[in-house]
Amino acid sequence: MDLHIDGLNHRYGGMPVLDGIDLRIESGRIVCLIGPSGCGKSTLLRLIGGLEQPTDGAIRQVGEPPEGCLNPLTYIFQDFALLPWRTARGNVSLVLEDHGLSERETARIVDDVLARTDLSEFGNAFPRQLSGGMKQRVAIARALAVNPAVFLMDEPLSALDSQTRALLMDDLIGLWTREPFTAVYVTHNLQEAVRLGHKIVVLSRRPGRIRDQVAIDMPLEDRPDADVDLAQIQRRLWEILREEAQAADRELADA
Amino acid sequence: MPEARILAGRPVVFRGGGFAPQPVGPLGPAVFIVVIGLWELGSRIGWITPLILPAPSEAFAALAYLVETGEIWRHLEASVSRLVIGWSAGMILGVAVGFSIGLFSIARSGLVPVVAALFPIPKIALLPLFIVWFGIGEGSKIATILFGTFFPTVIATYGGVDNVDRSLIRMGQSFGLSWLSIVRKIVLPGALPAILSGTRISASIAIILLVAAEMIGAEYGIGAYVLLAGNLAATDQLIAGVAMLSVLGLVVSWLIGRAERYFLRWRS
Repeated sequence: MDLHIDGLNHRYGGMPVLDGIDLRIESGRIVCLIGPSGCGKSTLLRLIGGLEQPTDGAIRQVGEPPEGCLNPLTYIFQDFALLPWRTARGNVSLVLEDHGLSERETARIVDDVLARTDLSEFGNAFPRQLSGGMKQRVAIARALAVNPAVFLMDEPLSALDSQTRALLMDDLIGLWTREPFTAVYVTHNLQEAVRLGHKIVVLSRRPGRIRDQVAIDMPLEDRPDADVDLAQIQRRLWEILREEAQAADRELADA
Repeated sequence: MPEARILAGRPVVFRGGGFAPQPVGPLGPAVFIVVIGLWELGSRIGWITPLILPAPSEAFAALAYLVETGEIWRHLEASVSRLVIGWSAGMILGVAVGFSIGLFSIARSGLVPVVAALFPIPKIALLPLFIVWFGIGEGSKIATILFGTFFPTVIATYGGVDNVDRSLIRMGQSFGLSWLSIVRKIVLPGALPAILSGTRISASIAIILLVAAEMIGAEYGIGAYVLLAGNLAATDQLIAGVAMLSVLGLVVSWLIGRAERYFLRWRS
């Protein structure tokens, strides 16, 4: 399933936050959204998933979601959004409970996604017992459980320390190489973007417009060995972003 | 010969302690024993006249007599049943109204001003009105307790619902959970800590109102017993009644503690 975004504008009150966004999100590819803070990249992600209504413009799903998909547009949040009163298993099964699945089918899916995120032995742990990285793995397992057409990832690694971030980045790449998924990945970290993105979309400062789109054709699994090439792309992105970031940094919050 | 090394300079002085009170094991019970012991001693020596304050042993004898005659069970049964019926009805209604205020705009704008206007009324002041409405019997007593516990429960509940992490609700919506699922699995458990701490407040209010209601036209009940003892200047019985109330309060608070431990075991 692809996502087509055409002529998207969004305003909060009178203030424009997104302006004239046209974007294609193609099946099996990861699109990274980068931009200075406050540029509306998280807003764009909320609009794509239907958590907010755009002021005008269209976001359309083109094609059918994969078979057995329970929730086509599925988020992975920066703050994990796990229910503290449910165990890891309970948090995963939460999103299956409204779909009338048999108990055995639910257990099968939960076991499968916990195994895929290397969490099998932590099924009965409560979120407070888990490290940040493990919490985000539970959230990833929960998202995998509904077999989404498109993952909407809102800075999923930003709340983690840098070592954990590297580990989870490897996990995401492993998941993608085993079974390519479609994703929109919002980040402010250029390194993450060049490591994971097939297409990198640079947004300008508020109101967010698309400044540039950079395609990276190199397969994800080859990227760890291509530091030089990636560093070059990263530098190019930073040159685009630098000016925007500088201007955004000097803006007053309520100006 | 090994020479002790002489270290240069002054040691850094530790200045980080304190501000962390720890429970000191048997101190609590010890204070009880000492206070009651001094009280008993004062009565025996004659510092404390029995008319003003009876010796603890006399109060204990009054309590023992109450148990011997079996009267204690009639008083306790009357009081505890009023407390349980009034408090649970107040809690159920309060949680229901609190949830509707927490979830629906119409309920919020319509009911919050009403709650704000009725909450500060001392419910004792309404007891005569309740006697006119529900009769001098059980009805008026239960209504007083119900009313007294209803408002704090409403306020605790909708405060709890308001404080449920919105990002969790957003998560539920983003996974396509039904409205009822979100309320049952996200809002209710999220509001539970606030509701349970509200029960502590409403329980103590319920006990206060219980005694007050029983002091007006009740034959049995701890409040009636205390009032009668006061009228007869039987201070030993009065103290025995007050001790029963203290124990009742402790039992209720222990039960709530158990409930909190069970329902909130997901917290650290």
